[in-house]
Amino acid sequence: MKPLTLLSPTAILGYGFPDSSFERGLSFGPDVIAVDAGSTDPGPYYLGSGKSFVARGSVKRDLTYLLRAARSLRVPLLIGTAGGSGAKPHLEWCREIIEEVAYEEGLSFKMAVIPADVPKPYLKEALWDERVTPLGPVPALTEADISDSTYLVAQMGLEPLINALDNGADVILAGRSYDPAVFAAYAVWKGYPTGLALHLGKILECAAIAALPGSGSDCMVGFLEHDQFMVEPANASRRATVASVAAHTLYEKSNPYLLPGPGGSLDLYQCQFEQVTERRVAVRNSLFRPEDSYTLKVEGAKMVGYRVITIAGARDPRFIEHLDEIIEGVKERTRENFNWESGKYKLMFHVYGKNGVMGDLEPDPRAGHEVGIVIEAVAETQELAEVVLGFARSTMLHYGFPGRLSTAGNLAFPYSPSDFKVGEVYVYSVHHLITVKDPNELFPITFEEVRS
Amino acid sequence: MKSLVDLAQVIRTKNAGPFELTIDIIFKDRETYERIKKNNSLNASVIAKLYGVPEEDILSAIYFDPACAFKATMKRQIPCGAFGERDIYGAQQHAPLLGLLVEWGDCDAADP
Repeated sequence: MKPLTLLSPTAILGYGFPDSSFERGLSFGPDVIAVDAGSTDPGPYYLGSGKSFVARGSVKRDLTYLLRAARSLRVPLLIGTAGGSGAKPHLEWCREIIEEVAYEEGLSFKMAVIPADVPKPYLKEALWDERVTPLGPVPALTEADISDSTYLVAQMGLEPLINALDNGADVILAGRSYDPAVFAAYAVWKGYPTGLALHLGKILECAAIAALPGSGSDCMVGFLEHDQFMVEPANASRRATVASVAAHTLYEKSNPYLLPGPGGSLDLYQCQFEQVTERRVAVRNSLFRPEDSYTLKVEGAKMVGYRVITIAGARDPRFIEHLDEIIEGVKERTRENFNWESGKYKLMFHVYGKNGVMGDLEPDPRAGHEVGIVIEAVAETQELAEVVLGFARSTMLHYGFPGRLSTAGNLAFPYSPSDFKVGEVYVYSVHHLITVKDPNELFPITFEEVRS
Repeated sequence: MKSLVDLAQVIRTKNAGPFELTIDIIFKDRETYERIKKNNSLNASVIAKLYGVPEEDILSAIYFDPACAFKATMKRQIPCGAFGERDIYGAQQHAPLLGLLVEWGDCDAADP
């Protein structure tokens, strides 16, 4: 029996892939093409602001290839966590790109759109009903966290995607999704075991990152049977090895043996990896352990202020020697100067060349012969952030220290203007599990006929 | 004692979600891995000491046989992207591990 063949073109929609790899991937005759577009790695800004972390042109380029191929092979195309964070504006942004590509390429298809937004009243009610628990070392959720969030999304499992497949969708555009779900949904819908399907999805969602040499912008092909799956990178210059595939199981996870997700956990305690050809690895005994109560991960972000930064270098050894006390002095002067604004702003100094990357965790905080300094102010208003940053910058530029010879200025600025308005600052406000009665209840599907 | 850099082929850190930082150490071969595992040369206490954090901040420390790997996950100092952030992806927090000496068992003297 021919295995079910799944094509994962790239690690994140918009990260791209070589034409030749994609063609080779298509030559295996995939039964489904799926791609994950999401990540929390780039930080809370993207969920909080409703913006994509991948450029529109890159996403459009990838979607053009994917839609063309899926429609010409007549196989479903599934896209998970549209727009990177999968909230309403991200979904709308990606839908618009798809419609634009369909129009330009002359493609027509039935598209399912599955939003993943969590209504605030719904989450508050869940909080009152004690259906919400922190996920990891996270503070308990408060009603204020919910009210203050700009966007709240839940990671959908397989069920809403299977629902869309049941209804004959050619293209499924999903909001926030459990990363492996867009791959596993089609396999489970076709009757393959959930454990193998999810484990294969875990590997495929990062495409060729699990290959050797690894790449986030190259294709990976999965071959699923009822008692095993195999993976092989589409690009002949890469190999899947037991080490590369097993190591990928570690990536970005807390416990590599037990991987929790919507509705249950993937259990890899008995899992076996085998090198079947030079470039292909087989995996067996990946099990799914369903849980009695179905839980979903909910994510949210809220705005906390505005950021302004400046970048400067310092080359004077005496200045560098006294840098810690100079920074304390500048902070103190800023505090005194704006004492009526206390509590409304925060000021921070990143000293590259000393401990800019690790801060207090730096085991060797010795400064080099020059240092790079990023001064950062975050305040309740854009104006206050500019005022505080400007004052700290000019104070540091002319700050006196013992043995100072360079009385014209302490800092080398590469730019004019020296200060950069970074804009709104967001933080994660929700990172919790919620128990639901129905895996579909937060994911209302709509269908549309996309016409060229 | 042996230098970890001489035993490992991968030493990396990365966010595991916005609130956790995870360390992966993948050894060069199974023999090396088995020896490290048998001696329990890497554990929560070693990682806590190395990073100067309380041991309760190390949320898990696990040997993963299929990949010849040791994995420890710690509480992030601050949530990803919060004020004071220095490394959004958590991908450059591995440097202390590059200088780590690990227990190599009782036959150190016989080693080349």
